[in-house]
Amino acid sequence: MAKLRNFKIWRGDSDSGDLVNYQTEIDEGMVVLDAIHRIQVESAQDMAVRWNCKAGKCGSCSIEINGVPKLACMTRMNDYGEEETISCRPMKSFPVLKDLVTDVSWNYRQNQRIEPFKPRPREQDGNHRMMQEDVDRVQEFRKCIECYLCQNTCHVLRDHQKNDEFVGPRFMIRLASLEMHPLDTADRIPKIREEYGSGMCNITKCCTVVCPEHIEITDNGIIPLKERVVDRYYDPILWLKRKLFGKKDQSK
Amino acid sequence: MNISELKTYEHDVIVVGAGGAGLRAAIECSAQGMNTGLVCKSLLGKAHTVMAEGGMAAALGNVDHRDHWKVHFRDTMRGGKFLNVWRMAELHAKQAPERVRELEEWGAVFDRTKDGLINQRNFGGHRYPRLAHVGDRTGLEMIRTLQDYGIHQGFEVYMEYSALDLLKDGDRIAGLVAMVRDTGEFVVFKAKAVIFATGGAGKAWKVTSNSWEYTGDGYAMAYQAGAELMDLEFTQFHPTGMVWPPSVAGILVTEGVRGEGGILVNSEGIRFMFDNIPQRFASETAPNEEEANRWLAGDKNARRPAELLTRDVVARAILKEVKEGRGSPHGGAFLDIANRREAEYIKRKLPSMYHQFKVLAELDITKQPMEVGPTLHYFMGGIRVNADSQMTNVPGLFACGECSAGMHGANRLGGNSLSDLLVFGKLAGTGATDYCRSLGQAPQVDAQQVTQIIRSATDILNRESGENPYLIHDDLRETMQDKVGIVRTDEDLKQGIDQLEVLKQRYQKVKAEGTSQYNPGWHEALSMRNLLITSEAVAKAALLRTESRGAHTRLDHEGESDQWLQVNVVIKKGADGSMDVQKVPRPQPPQELQQVANAELEDLETAIAAEAKT
Ligand SMILES: Cc1cc2nc3c(=O)[nH]c(=O)nc-3n(C[C@H](O)[C@H](O)[C@H](O)COP(=O)(O)OP(=O)(O)OC[C@H]3O[C@@H](n4cnc5c(N)ncnc54)[C@H](O)[C@@H]3O)c2cc1C
Ligand code: SF4
Ligand code: SF4
Ligand code: FES
Repeated sequence: MAKLRNFKIWRGDSDSGDLVNYQTEIDEGMVVLDAIHRIQVESAQDMAVRWNCKAGKCGSCSIEINGVPKLACMTRMNDYGEEETISCRPMKSFPVLKDLVTDVSWNYRQNQRIEPFKPRPREQDGNHRMMQEDVDRVQEFRKCIECYLCQNTCHVLRDHQKNDEFVGPRFMIRLASLEMHPLDTADRIPKIREEYGSGMCNITKCCTVVCPEHIEITDNGIIPLKERVVDRYYDPILWLKRKLFGKKDQSK
Repeated sequence: MNISELKTYEHDVIVVGAGGAGLRAAIECSAQGMNTGLVCKSLLGKAHTVMAEGGMAAALGNVDHRDHWKVHFRDTMRGGKFLNVWRMAELHAKQAPERVRELEEWGAVFDRTKDGLINQRNFGGHRYPRLAHVGDRTGLEMIRTLQDYGIHQGFEVYMEYSALDLLKDGDRIAGLVAMVRDTGEFVVFKAKAVIFATGGAGKAWKVTSNSWEYTGDGYAMAYQAGAELMDLEFTQFHPTGMVWPPSVAGILVTEGVRGEGGILVNSEGIRFMFDNIPQRFASETAPNEEEANRWLAGDKNARRPAELLTRDVVARAILKEVKEGRGSPHGGAFLDIANRREAEYIKRKLPSMYHQFKVLAELDITKQPMEVGPTLHYFMGGIRVNADSQMTNVPGLFACGECSAGMHGANRLGGNSLSDLLVFGKLAGTGATDYCRSLGQAPQVDAQQVTQIIRSATDILNRESGENPYLIHDDLRETMQDKVGIVRTDEDLKQGIDQLEVLKQRYQKVKAEGTSQYNPGWHEALSMRNLLITSEAVAKAALLRTESRGAHTRLDHEGESDQWLQVNVVIKKGADGSMDVQKVPRPQPPQELQQVANAELEDLETAIAAEAKT
């Protein structure tokens, strides 16, 4: 049954902006992104919002819905009460470009800083061999769709703006996926401590809560990285042993 | 307008599109020393490729060692109903394995076999388990790998830029004009060569798996610049899109569901695909449930279930069930994996399908069957290119990936796109590099062309009043869905073409509200031109081809015709500005390839085994 629902959508740009009231009809099964699109057609042609896949696969449509960072395409209208007004705002931690669209280029710059994958040579038959159980964890991290909802939520970035000192949870798990990759031979531990800011994270797990891919960012990614940093700097013997036996990934 | 005031970037090669094809092409150009720029409409990593689910096809032979490029080639030709450009299908089958391994070398982590090799899964039309995959998020793995590798290869990325049109110096390419989406500012890219990797045009239909980016920009820009388009009548309807709720209709349900054992059932509980096995595939398909079940249990001598027939066959079969009153409640068929596999297995192998249905349809696929129906998914046709260099008939213009034509013929096999992107992305990079090196004088940009392109774009904003672009788009989608759909007739197509004429007139008066700054209404209006050109080309090609082949089904011309196998439909802009639609004879294929494609499977396998021994 179609029903008229109330929305407040933030309209504006880097200079100024405010919540604007809209109404539109909602049909069965609609998600918040559908509602935004309907409002666009009916009364706000030039309202800016990012999206691509409409199925939670691309990580484009991140916004804050009633104060909670979410993917607009995977948030159903019937998650909210029929009388509830839905408010949509751009992600707070990134500069607004226009309406619901923010400038997320800082994230791309963090990725650029990370030393890329460096594989060991292939085996003689031209293949690489890795066991499924040894890549399960890495695959969990590689599910990341770069929605940056975790980056938006992490208080180190959101409230304390320590963007120069911490790459944020997204890139901590990117680092973890490289460090735990069975084929990788690079050593990023010194930089994880000194440049990427592993020490900034105080394990509040807010990032994990908002991750639409349900990646255990803190428990499976950040904490093990922190442990490696600790091992390296405070238990050099263990580290040396690992290095000598060439078992970079055994502790993983 | 003084064009010297416009921001101008100069590169040897500009790649348009940052999906698998564009990224691979840019990586290749950089590797070969070209100063390269990459332009894309979305943020980096968000292109369509990210949505691909099931996997990428390559005859690695990790799961069934009998696999070989020749068997892959044969499957591809048969899936394409022999209309594929032979050389492209050959290059693809031969080079795909090395491209997949290369992706692994750049950091991709595919699912593994028990021996630790890249695992491969079954898919429609592929004789052996052939698709390297990561659960059902293979596209994400591919695009992220290329992105994370690519950003260290030295090419410039211009993201959220829309290419508007090409610039030429005489016959050859001189660059292009683009618009920066967040500011609305125009920029000029000077380049010796341009590679299009712009993807398809599904947004012309109402029910589609495609995103807003798929508005046929590459086809239309190439067409305007004098390039030829080919095989546009072959638009693939994927048999399994979501049908309920309406707001998600069209979103893809991966063929991997059937690859993992899922079955199609009608409202009477009958597995109807067994009644829809075409002659050509009869000897290679299980004729009944008993044999199909043995196949699922891993019996290597059992033949594949009928659900894994090619997409055109399955899509038409579902349509038939619905038309004859045996459809599911919301007009599709039931796709059941719940009764075939353990819940844990389903969640591990098809996690994003599980999640997608849970959230978007409030349905648990480990307990209930899904409802699915055909959705416009892929363009087999596109920009006509040379098979080895990927160059078009316009010197300096190249195309690869979904926006190019030829590799897939009349119907694409699932999984053949992702490997196509890598194989031909790389070849396009080499082709463009060779071309740049062979150029004497660098081409010059013509100010008048630049001004013209910018004026057409700004007119849409500056008009006092006019039509809402979103509404024109809605009407276009109705027209294409109704008149240029899965099954076609002379009458429908002619009506469709008439309706497109009316839409073109309306488009002349389109008006976007607001300013040039990040304005989706304006972006929509700009891409409408491209959708209209592409739609017209599809409809006209479909009208001309009076046979049914692969994805192109003519109710008034049933069956394949030998005569039509001899020609491609080729479209270009005529001297008077109208669309020129021609039948163009196909070259004879080399004997050796013909033998492989036509061989009986058993004979081919015996020959391959014998070859391996010597
Ligand atoms: C849901 C889904 C699932 C799929 N699953 C599979 C699968 O399992 N296996 C398989 O082989 N295939 C699959 N496919 C098909 C395959 O994903 C696509 O065909 C393929 O990804 C296309 O890649 P591409 O590089 O050609 O273009 P895309 O990845 O689509 O990229 C197009 C690029 O061009 C850019 N662009 C377009 N126009 C412009 C312009 N005017 N200016 C600037 N940039 C522009 C876009 O921004 C984008 O970056 C699937 C497709 C879909 C939709
Ligand atoms: S756990 Fe660490 S990274 Fe995650 S939100 Fe808390 S401080 Fe940020
Ligand atoms: S880790 Fe999760 S929340 Fe963070 S960017 Fe990736 S998918 Fe989004
Ligand atoms: S549109 Fe892709 S995640 Fe929402």
